[in-house]
Amino acid sequence: MKGNIIKYPRDNIDTDVIIPGQYLKVHDYAELATHAMEGLDPDFHSKVKEGDFILSGKNFGCGSSREHAPIALSHCGVKAILALSFARIFYRNSVDGAFLLPIEIDQDAYDGISEGDEIDIDVSKNEIKNITKNQTYKMKPFSEIIGKIIAAGGLFKYKPDQD
Amino acid sequence: MNIVEKILARGSGKSSVAPDDVVFADVDKVMMHDVSGPGVLKVFDKLRKQGIPVDKLWDPTKVWVAEDHFVPSADKMSAENIVKLSNFTKQYGIEKHFKYGMGQYGICHTISHEEAMVMPGDVYVGGDSHTNTTGALGAFACGLGHTDIAYVLLNGNIWFKVPETYYFKLNGKLPDHVMAKDVILKIIGDIGNDGGAYRTMQFGGSGIDEMSVESRLTLCNMTTEAGAKNGIVEPDQKVVDYLSKRGATNFNLVTGDSDAEYSKIFEYESSEMEPMISKPFSPDNTCVVGEAPSVELDKSYIGSCTGAKYEDLEAAAKILKGRKVKIRTEVLPAAISIYQRAMENGLLKIFLDAGVTVGPPTCGACCGAHMGVLAKDEICISTTNRNFPGRMGHVESQTYLSSPMVAAASAVTGKITDPRDLL
Repeated sequence: MKGNIIKYPRDNIDTDVIIPGQYLKVHDYAELATHAMEGLDPDFHSKVKEGDFILSGKNFGCGSSREHAPIALSHCGVKAILALSFARIFYRNSVDGAFLLPIEIDQDAYDGISEGDEIDIDVSKNEIKNITKNQTYKMKPFSEIIGKIIAAGGLFKYKPDQD
Repeated sequence: MNIVEKILARGSGKSSVAPDDVVFADVDKVMMHDVSGPGVLKVFDKLRKQGIPVDKLWDPTKVWVAEDHFVPSADKMSAENIVKLSNFTKQYGIEKHFKYGMGQYGICHTISHEEAMVMPGDVYVGGDSHTNTTGALGAFACGLGHTDIAYVLLNGNIWFKVPETYYFKLNGKLPDHVMAKDVILKIIGDIGNDGGAYRTMQFGGSGIDEMSVESRLTLCNMTTEAGAKNGIVEPDQKVVDYLSKRGATNFNLVTGDSDAEYSKIFEYESSEMEPMISKPFSPDNTCVVGEAPSVELDKSYIGSCTGAKYEDLEAAAKILKGRKVKIRTEVLPAAISIYQRAMENGLLKIFLDAGVTVGPPTCGACCGAHMGVLAKDEICISTTNRNFPGRMGHVESQTYLSSPMVAAASAVTGKITDPRDLL
């Protein structure tokens, strides 16, 4: 899966900046997308392209349980978030709702990947290739349950009884 | 096993579970509100298009619904969401729907304890991150998103990775000027915004035994701000008395085994605790009130599931009695039952005499939704739970988090103030 990086080099990107509270009443996915990252980067919506990835630091998506957050990002075309770590509800929502891939990266990847770099994520090899810089990094493998839910296409398509 | 492991083992029909086991646990209670409810409806629409049946819930008697975020309806869109929510509960036969303007209603987490909606030993999930609050009753209480809540509504169970548990031991009774809010701010400052991530934060020790149920609710409420999956206190007679007063019977008091394991134990002395604040823009950016920056406050906000329970209002009233506020101050009791007690016991008179605006129960400005949001550059001291950029309004406003006592003392002086100065 290839895409370009939008980098926010900071920790604790919380759901209040991903989609501010005033939009919690909005349930139209396309409208939510127009407000994605508004609390941090008002230009986000104009610069994000279909297939882009966001790269950030620790505890991405902390704060509220609003599923609006992964919905808004995925409906802007964001296919994956690469972060040093994720807050638990954002992580679950991303996977169970099949909105985007939360990819846990290490410090090498965090430091090595820059804004605009073209990246190729290979989940089967747990590998991230930086095409722009010709570097390769490891991603943290998904846990068994997360891997299965992603492979199924979300929680509703996953059949626990068949394990 | 510890209490959480025992609850999740029972819920998943296993004789024992251990941290990192993945289980599908049966859910005893599920909650949604005027934000997560319409969100769940969108998931149902999506499922219907995929040919997945959504015409009936697994058990409507185990579902309850609150109206709290945008009520009284802030605008046309939030009014439409309330209509959608009413149609939803009618269509699916959900009887426990706490509607504003029709007697008891309030913030979902406050209703969970004020109306004894959740019992000790329950597996309880809610479509809100502060669902952790209700762990103070001895339940496994965990917040989930719309897809997961939709899954629970249709299937009656959901997957969990059994969390490891951090045990926070508090020794001794808290001094009068220190509240549970100060304790949890201290803990979050120590372990950080992700210090409890994916884990249980359990509270115990003589300091917790001494605490009221409402104070324990404050502790568990803000475990969310340390990233925890849930917060929990082992249920005791205080919990039984608290819930019995609210009509509950048939208690199943699950507690940990004597050889229960905790991945880490933290110990705190109540006598060393001081009034705390979290500075902008993160709950873990804490300091003692004595080291607070000298800022001119614009507003004091005493509201939310975190800081507008009855004892929170009582603590604020103790400070505000016979005084006048110097800055804009709002008190929003977290449920009608609390509002009513505050009226009967004279707290509302104290607030009104002090110049405070008393509002209806709502999540309101806590999440920047409506009813008292902040303008650019405004600075607020607040009894709420988060202070990320834009949390309570404009992205360039600032929120300091504090206990109700500190918020009330600061309302009187216009600066961040130690309640000891006014007690």
